[in-house]
Amino acid sequence: MTLRSGSAKSRLLKNKLARYFITLGGVGVLFTLVFIFLYLLYVIKPIFDDVEVDALASILVNNDSTSQVNHTNSSIAFIGLDEYQQVAYQVRQNGQIDFYQLVDSDFHRSGTNILSSSLAGNEPLAVNNNPVVDIVRSANNKFALLNSDGQVNLVDVKFISRYLADSQEIQPRLDYPIGKQGFDLVPNQAKVELFSYATEQGRSRFVTLTSDKRLVVTTISKKQKQKQKQKQKQPAAGITALNIRYHELAKEVNADQLLITPDLSLAIVRDHNLVSVYRLNDLAERRQMLNESSESNTASILSSENSAAVELSADIERYNREFLHSQFQPFSSLTDKANISAMSLLSGSSSILFGSSKGEVSQWFEVMTSRGRVFKEIRQFDVGDNAIVAIYPELFRKSFFTLDSEQDLGIFYTTSEADLWRGKVAQQTSLAIAISPRADALLVSELSEQGGSQLTLFSVDNQHPEITWRALWQRVWYEDYPEPAYVWQSSSGSDEFEAKFSLVPISFGTIKAAFYAMIFAIPIAITAAIYTAYFMPSKLRRKVKPTIEMMEALPTVILGFLAGLWLAPIIEQYLAAVLLLLIILPITVLLVAFGWHKLPKDWKLMLPESWSPLILIPFIILVSVFAFKFSSTFEAWFFAGDMRLYVTEYLGIDYDQRNALVIGIAMGFAVIPTIFSIAEDAIFSVPKHLTSGALALGATPWQTLITVVLLTASPGIFSAIMMGLGRAVGETMIVLMATGNTPILDWNMLQGMRTLAANIAIEMPESEVGSSHYRVLFLAAFVLFVFTFIFNTLAELIRQRLRDKYSSL
Amino acid sequence: MQSWYKSGSPWVWLSAAGVSFSLIAVLGLLWLIASRGLSYFWPAEVYQFDFTDEQGQTQSVIGEIYDREQVPYAQVAHLNLPFLSSESADSEQASGEHLTNEQQTLERILIKTGNRELTNLDFRWLFQGSIVKQSSPEHIAVIERRKNGDFYGFIDAIVSGGQVVELSQLPLLLARARNLQQQVKKLERGEIRSVNFELERLRLHERKLLMKNQLDQNTQQEINQQRAVLEQNYRAFEQSLNSVREQLMRDQIIVTAANGRQVSLDFADILQITYNNQLTTLDKVGLFLKQLAVFVSDEPREANTEGGVFPAIFGTVLMVLLMTIIVSPFGVVAAIYLHEYAGKNTFTRVIRIAVINLAGVPSIVYGVFGLGFFVYLVGGSIDNLFFGEALPAPTFGTPGVLWSAVTLAILTLPVVIVSTEEGLARIPSSLRHGSLALGATKAETLWRIILPIASPAIMTGIILAIARAAGEVAPLMLVGVVKIAPSLPLDGDFPFLHLERKFMHLGFHIYDVGFQSPNIEAARPLVYATALLLVSIIVALNVGAVAIRNRLREKYRALEQ
Repeated sequence: MTLRSGSAKSRLLKNKLARYFITLGGVGVLFTLVFIFLYLLYVIKPIFDDVEVDALASILVNNDSTSQVNHTNSSIAFIGLDEYQQVAYQVRQNGQIDFYQLVDSDFHRSGTNILSSSLAGNEPLAVNNNPVVDIVRSANNKFALLNSDGQVNLVDVKFISRYLADSQEIQPRLDYPIGKQGFDLVPNQAKVELFSYATEQGRSRFVTLTSDKRLVVTTISKKQKQKQKQKQKQPAAGITALNIRYHELAKEVNADQLLITPDLSLAIVRDHNLVSVYRLNDLAERRQMLNESSESNTASILSSENSAAVELSADIERYNREFLHSQFQPFSSLTDKANISAMSLLSGSSSILFGSSKGEVSQWFEVMTSRGRVFKEIRQFDVGDNAIVAIYPELFRKSFFTLDSEQDLGIFYTTSEADLWRGKVAQQTSLAIAISPRADALLVSELSEQGGSQLTLFSVDNQHPEITWRALWQRVWYEDYPEPAYVWQSSSGSDEFEAKFSLVPISFGTIKAAFYAMIFAIPIAITAAIYTAYFMPSKLRRKVKPTIEMMEALPTVILGFLAGLWLAPIIEQYLAAVLLLLIILPITVLLVAFGWHKLPKDWKLMLPESWSPLILIPFIILVSVFAFKFSSTFEAWFFAGDMRLYVTEYLGIDYDQRNALVIGIAMGFAVIPTIFSIAEDAIFSVPKHLTSGALALGATPWQTLITVVLLTASPGIFSAIMMGLGRAVGETMIVLMATGNTPILDWNMLQGMRTLAANIAIEMPESEVGSSHYRVLFLAAFVLFVFTFIFNTLAELIRQRLRDKYSSL
Repeated sequence: MQSWYKSGSPWVWLSAAGVSFSLIAVLGLLWLIASRGLSYFWPAEVYQFDFTDEQGQTQSVIGEIYDREQVPYAQVAHLNLPFLSSESADSEQASGEHLTNEQQTLERILIKTGNRELTNLDFRWLFQGSIVKQSSPEHIAVIERRKNGDFYGFIDAIVSGGQVVELSQLPLLLARARNLQQQVKKLERGEIRSVNFELERLRLHERKLLMKNQLDQNTQQEINQQRAVLEQNYRAFEQSLNSVREQLMRDQIIVTAANGRQVSLDFADILQITYNNQLTTLDKVGLFLKQLAVFVSDEPREANTEGGVFPAIFGTVLMVLLMTIIVSPFGVVAAIYLHEYAGKNTFTRVIRIAVINLAGVPSIVYGVFGLGFFVYLVGGSIDNLFFGEALPAPTFGTPGVLWSAVTLAILTLPVVIVSTEEGLARIPSSLRHGSLALGATKAETLWRIILPIASPAIMTGIILAIARAAGEVAPLMLVGVVKIAPSLPLDGDFPFLHLERKFMHLGFHIYDVGFQSPNIEAARPLVYATALLLVSIIVALNVGAVAIRNRLREKYRALEQ
């Protein structure tokens, strides 16, 4: 043996190595736990990170002598960039557009002018040979050009990306969705003072203020091809057939700013501090309803023709009332009256943002009230003391950027009321600001010292603005909600969806489920533990204890399946019987006990009291069968024949088939063995001399139990309940299968809930890695981890102390 | 009475009720699962019901009785059922009781009618009162099919290759169809799959070379040649597959359904034909056992709602085995540390609390951790390093059987630790002292004395860990389990064990079929059967573990004396 083990030295070495290895393994357990904790934190951390804005690249433009056109006579109207932050463009008042490479690539050096053109077409800076007098950009970065003749054309700026080997080339392109020809913005050659434009799915809408103070809406859509064939009027190639409709909204309107929501449903007109909102979404239908007999004022023309016969005389007054939806004055409630200095639409077509001359930004949207839908001020952001010059919304999220008169930039998020970033991005006067389509970059155009202008690209690291402590745990007023609420709704089909990440309803659901489970489990588990540990003969105990503990091994997926598909329908059908059992079961037990007490002595010997659990079993089963058998009779007596109907109609309580009662019972079953096992151990290991002493002093077994045993074992029982609670809080499958998984805030026993764990199981597989949703789900897991960590640690500490106490007794 | 109350006896009985209740719950639950699960395999009697419908016409339905329930009259009164008016009048006269209609209940039975191509619903409710005649004709055939569930009806004729043949040919033709189906399966699962696998491997190989710029003319040619050979093989297999399929379509069977409609069924779709009403008890037992065997060994059909659960059993077992390999050494080493090496200090206490917490952390949290860390971080890195040619399709960067095993290993670690440590604690210290006194080092004592004695305790721990892992579903939903896995993680293609593949699991199968399938009512018996299988495995494992532990305790007691 010694020979095989080698020399003494190597044996000692092996001994040492074994010690290190085993210690490593032991410490590894602690390491694992800490690592899980840290990893969850690591994934969560970015949602609480600050926003960072850093300059990436800067190019000087327009001082280039090779530039073909001299633009100094026209100022910059808009700037923009592609989604890969490679190419920037700037648009001048006269319609000139120039594209510049922002960063070096294999194809162009940074600062190269890639393409210069007129928005209206290649050579002449005009629409149908008339000079461009006004340009408007829609929320999704499409342009509408107005020429001196009152005609409009549409231009999209597109970027085509081309991959070659490892590098990517971005090629800008101008697209003309309705062809290169224009159409009359307003009928009858009226002069245009102001106009606004929005487009969605091939339909475009313009709101125009004419110089004679009329407000006109123009809607254009491409003609259906089938209709063309019916009319047998094939347009010439290259000319798109359009449907154009004109509607006069109001007369005698003054306006400083016009806006139209991206879904084309509302027109917003601002006249100094008065904001009027016009409803546009059912123009055609309403027009017909009002004036069916009158001649149709919709003109169907080929857009190459400029003659649109439009008649707009009838019922102007009634239109006024019909279309004008609401009027309000933001900032009017402030004591020192501020003026509106900027107005913008938040992404998603619901909210309007107003900036004031005193440095506030106010968000308004429509709210359902008893008087119908009314615009309300939802929240204010305090930006500073300087007037807000411009508000730039992001394309998809509810973030917005503010620029004040001192050139200070601010980044905010409406839903979470997050004040994300403040700072300066321009040294000189900034001419324009653009946000990249993915909202991860910012382009600033400012005057450069060498003349011309300077374009600077900033990276914006603003991944998770929608999550703040406030958004997670407090009431938030979401768009289209009548009041602030706790809502969990993480996804929807729309890109502009306002994510609702309130952890309150699902945390509440977790607590509710655990609460009902504990109400069911604690009495049964503790009484069973008391009896098994203290009264039961050891022979029976050896059989009973493993049987009950066997329940712990039952997969929860099976408990959940039975709860959802077997128990829930039974409870729904026999609700009355279940309630009845709550009352008659204890009574039955007491009756049986009394009956046994009155039995003759011989019988008592044959059926000793220590067998009482077994004696009770047939009685309990019998009473339960009786209760279910007479459930419908019972319902007929007390609940008008159908208890479910009674509950919903007379008591006004909603009933879900998969409700908290089902969860209470099913999850109660899952927790009973946990509580039972630990509590039984605690009671059983109470030192025997304590009980013997009490009994010797004349106490009855029950008195001994209450005064000595339970008192000594109470920390152990408490720790058992803690462990059970920990298990109930984290249980996933039962809640997943036996509740409706609706995140509601209601203690009602007959309604469902959604818990943290079930929520993770449902949504985790579909969440995009690294998205806010993904990180919030990790946060939910972290909350669960911390919850159970506290319960378990507390329980274990108490148990360790109790063990020491017992061994010292 | 008062003395009885004072003795505390009522309270004792009430606490005894807690025990009774728990016992009823455990045993009742097991009985429920067992009875429902086993009845799934038992060939049921098939009845023909003649009943009057709402229009007063007599119709007939063939099917198995699935459920019965009592409905209060009030709930169905609005339906204005024709049989009710006459019947309730009869019963009132007959019994002479003055039952108000509100208190009366009606019995109705749920009938499984099958024949999914004729009626949309598998089931229908019939009021007992509306049934005119209930019979069980001997010639009703229950035809189990690959598609559309069971068919109940009378066999009229058998058509073989366009010719009507005698009914006695049925077993022969069935055997032929079965044989051909097996050939199809062998071709599809064996040769054709292998060829596809090789083709995919070749494509990845080519792409890898291309990415490394090592693809020269020669290798390209070689690859093209190999590909041509494989594609030729593929076409050959496909041809033989088509010819077998053609042969399969030769025979048909003509059956009449309950409503008199004649239907022609292909032999290719038929799995089994039984005349349930003709079976003796012995036949039924035989059929019961056969169905049981099919359930355990066959593959699922119709989106898991029919057929067997073999892939789920296989997936569960493989995943659990992998997990055991990972968890056992770690758990044992940690337990040895805690019991043999760690001092009685705060640090040890902290580790013990960590163990308890590892056991108490909700399983879904492990799933989240496993998904984030193992799947996306570790798996994603492995993909970038070794499987770049397959990107963007992930290899290890997606849920799979390996990550499931690792995640569950962390989850079951405390089970092994606690059980092993308990075993170590029971070994009398005299044994350790004896060994050390004879000059052995601590490591040698551990290796030669302690571990062999503690091995049953370690076994117990591992078995308990297996039982825990086999029933755990929530974390697996995030890290690797799927509804239907196209191929098993273990097959004949190199490297045989495909750790990156997704797998099926019995527990998830229950969740999926019970809650996500389109026809839950029809799938429910199968879910009970699966639940029974899972419960029996887990209960057996637990009982085994407890038995080992008890034997161990006895042994040590003997050692101490």
